[in-house]
Amino acid sequence: MLNYSRETILNTVLTLLLLGIPFAALAIDEPFYVTLATRVTIFALAGVGLNFALGLGGLISFGHAAFFGLGGYAVGILASHALNYEPLMSSPFEIEGTTQMVILWGVAMIVSGLAALIIGLFSLRTSGVYFIMITLAFAQMIYYFAISWPAYGGEDGLPIYVRNGFPGVNTLVPINFFMISFGVLMLAILLVAVLRNSRFGAALQAARQNEDRLSAVGIKPFYIRLAAFVISAMITGLAGALFADLNRFVSPSMLSWHTSGEIMVFVILGGVGRLFGPVAGAALFILFEFIFGGLTEHWMFFLGLVLLAVVLFARGGLIGTIAGKVRYD
Amino acid sequence: MTVALFAEQLLNGVQFGLMLFLMAAGLTLVFGVMGLINLAHGSLYMVGAFACAAVANFTGSFWLGLGASLAAAAAAGAIVEIVVIRRLYNRDHLDQVLATFALILIFSEGTRWVFGSFPLYLNVPELLSGPVSLPLGVEYPLYRLAIIVIGFAVAIGLYLLIAKTRLGIRIRAGESDRAMIAALGIDIRFLYTVVFALGAGLAGLAGALVGAIQSVQVGMGEPVLILAFVVIVIGGIGSIKGALFGSLLVGLVDTMGRFLLPWTFKLFMDPSQATSIGSALASMLIYILMALVLVAKPKGLFSANA
Amino acid sequence: MGKLEIMKAGLVGLSMCLAGTAVADPVKVGMITTLSGGGSGLGVDVRDGFMLAVKQAGNKDLTVVIEDDARKPSLAVQIADKMIQSEKVDILTGIIWSNLAMAVVPSAVAQGKIYISPNAGPSKLAGKGCHPNYFNASFQNDNLPEAMGAYASENGFKNSFIMAPNYPAGKDVLNGYKRFYKGELASEVYTKLGQSDYAAEIAQIRASGADSVFIFLPGGMGIAFMKQYAQSGVDIPVMGPAFSFDQGILQAVGPSAMGVKNTSHWAKDLDFAANKKFVASFQAEYGRLPSLYAVQGFDTASLILSAMAKADVKDTEAFRAELKKIDIASPRGPLKFGNNQHLIQTIYVREVIKEGDIYTNKTNGVAIKDHQDAYAVDCKM
Repeated sequence: MLNYSRETILNTVLTLLLLGIPFAALAIDEPFYVTLATRVTIFALAGVGLNFALGLGGLISFGHAAFFGLGGYAVGILASHALNYEPLMSSPFEIEGTTQMVILWGVAMIVSGLAALIIGLFSLRTSGVYFIMITLAFAQMIYYFAISWPAYGGEDGLPIYVRNGFPGVNTLVPINFFMISFGVLMLAILLVAVLRNSRFGAALQAARQNEDRLSAVGIKPFYIRLAAFVISAMITGLAGALFADLNRFVSPSMLSWHTSGEIMVFVILGGVGRLFGPVAGAALFILFEFIFGGLTEHWMFFLGLVLLAVVLFARGGLIGTIAGKVRYD
Repeated sequence: MTVALFAEQLLNGVQFGLMLFLMAAGLTLVFGVMGLINLAHGSLYMVGAFACAAVANFTGSFWLGLGASLAAAAAAGAIVEIVVIRRLYNRDHLDQVLATFALILIFSEGTRWVFGSFPLYLNVPELLSGPVSLPLGVEYPLYRLAIIVIGFAVAIGLYLLIAKTRLGIRIRAGESDRAMIAALGIDIRFLYTVVFALGAGLAGLAGALVGAIQSVQVGMGEPVLILAFVVIVIGGIGSIKGALFGSLLVGLVDTMGRFLLPWTFKLFMDPSQATSIGSALASMLIYILMALVLVAKPKGLFSANA
Repeated sequence: MGKLEIMKAGLVGLSMCLAGTAVADPVKVGMITTLSGGGSGLGVDVRDGFMLAVKQAGNKDLTVVIEDDARKPSLAVQIADKMIQSEKVDILTGIIWSNLAMAVVPSAVAQGKIYISPNAGPSKLAGKGCHPNYFNASFQNDNLPEAMGAYASENGFKNSFIMAPNYPAGKDVLNGYKRFYKGELASEVYTKLGQSDYAAEIAQIRASGADSVFIFLPGGMGIAFMKQYAQSGVDIPVMGPAFSFDQGILQAVGPSAMGVKNTSHWAKDLDFAANKKFVASFQAEYGRLPSLYAVQGFDTASLILSAMAKADVKDTEAFRAELKKIDIASPRGPLKFGNNQHLIQTIYVREVIKEGDIYTNKTNGVAIKDHQDAYAVDCKM
């Protein structure tokens, strides 16, 4: 358990850095870095969602872009209805659009949770490569639907002209929006930490390690996994909702398989199953995109090399490399 | 709708399916023998197409280009296997997905670095160009008929290779018991390199053949890669027979869906809307098919190790 | 982030002193364009055309920052934020795709930045969504297909088979064609975006009894379709907007494109002095023939250079007024902005030919003279 404390120190440093950088940026009048830190925060949140299913439950979902995008579209669609003063539906009962972030988050989480419930019911019957591919297939279905469905912009996407509101805060000020996202991220990490140490978390990890033993004590792994998959999707959906507000825009590219791949990259770069792994991973990824994207138009080539090196030589990602192998299991 | 049109669409479905089979065969072979998910299979397809276009443009001969595509993709496959893939056999699928995702980035951007941002020229050889007349009044491009023939030939060739040759025996042994084959003194590392290169060569061949009637450009492998995955998942991963069957099924369902869905909707809707909704549904159809197959058979139709 | 290319602003302070409050105030332009991944050929051409004009002008007060959006809307938004907040650019430009433009433009112009489009022209920004800070120096998405529709009607085509990918730009284009085409439709077909095999659609064309085929299949989709169409033995004439038949991809289509009629707001052989000079200097600089994207990049830069010679970019009102005059020698000939700040320009019909070893276009005539887009009436400016 010696290394555990080293991981705790690392987590604390990461948190303080993520929190400190935007304020430092404000102090030297470089507001853009606040936006960049917000982006890291939101991607980290998406990763926290995937990490719950992937790291704890061993569910390698290659379709989490579906939930990220659905969360984003929930926000985009409701906000556009509110701004145009057109109700979303009028019969049998009227549903109005809204620009209140808290409500939008709730809707985004419900929508992505329901989607995960349906997708999970089908895909959790399979395992291994089949699971990877069937989650990808469902995400592709939603992607093609979003591209060709004209009502909300199709491939062109849907702009959100004014960032949605949060009680008592001017969300248009970048640092305020950062603080909201940061708060959500911390809450999500806390939730995952609590769940991990709960009986549910123990059952989930047991389902990954030894399914038979779990069945032997009368717990059905299928339902444990389904619950984990839904929670995981809801967190990623919430990230999608925040991402929509960050960019003031949603588009089908949020649903593409590249996005699924990127969310997976955040998790693995940081360290699979590590509580703060996605934070480290998202920060590394964004920094890389930011620095090399400006240096050369062939930056993706070097990104590929770095990813490859991490997978081959730095197993356990950044946190695993620094904090050592011992984990909670 | 005439009989000729319907027959031509069926033929198109078969042809599209066999095009997918060339791609899926290598993918499923590599998975069956080594247990490896290779997302970079699409990149090897691209390497084949670029090699073919470059050599064909330089020498003026499509056939030399076709040979070059096989050689270049197989060589690229062997190198990648020795440098990277070899280290992934004992890893979980997650590491394999990520490492081969990284390979996609490297191959795509590397190819763009060498060949530039503009698509390359590659056309059908003189010998196979133009249409031929078939029964029922169907006019059909000769080149597409050639792809059908090559697709079936590759399927038979693979069957013979695996069922009748020494290499095939080793491949089958490797599928069922890795420890045993090593104990028998067979150089398993070499065997794996050969199998991977074979799969890569098939992908390269597919890239060159398809490149002649499509666009030779960076990223051309990605859409077909996803389709190939759909195919092998439906067919049962690791099974060549499943890949053939899955390819034909996906080819037919996709082609007929694109054709029949808008046509059906037009019976009771405004034509412009019908074609829009019909084609939206058609683009989702094979994924729906895949979900349905996996619900009925979670390991695909012809699972190799069920 | 570092800069791909920077034209040094020179001794800004010194020139300010010497010139007093005169016109030569520095202008910083942020270019967000697609330089990597799929479709990067278009971004490369826009950039090269733009930088050619900058180089020819030799104006030390113009700084250009260029970054790659990799065709990802969210990355384009991030770069735009950075250029506005951190680089403090005065003008944004460069975006190729409609969906990226829709992600970046509304919020950029709302923040008081001027945006000049060197390619994308989504209908949403031309009609109700028009904005005093948004200028389009390329085309509105419907322009070229409208011209093709007019051409088809004038030339006696009465039964068209029309086809486009199933996404908003595809629908805009088919609607544009239908707006000016008077004949019957044999069929209207939407394909999957990014589709590469068109056997099923070609079979439908063969069976349709159409007398003309109108397609909008940009990039690799068009290359694939034309090659497969040529192999199919169907000989119904194909036509479409210039995107599938432009310089960047014609070499990849090869003989399959020969003779195809396409509409464009520019052609290599247009008889303007500015055009001859542009084509020659582009070829000398980059060793390849320019495309229409290069022309749009070139004109965008010329526009900025012409306005900054007369007005201070910090005085947005005055600068916009200068931009609106279009005081430039465009390779496209005379240009004029409509009320929605989209171009009123002549659309030509071109035909694909072979010159030596190179496939290119020759001008066949005018499709529509001084054409304005259909959305201008919805714009309250």
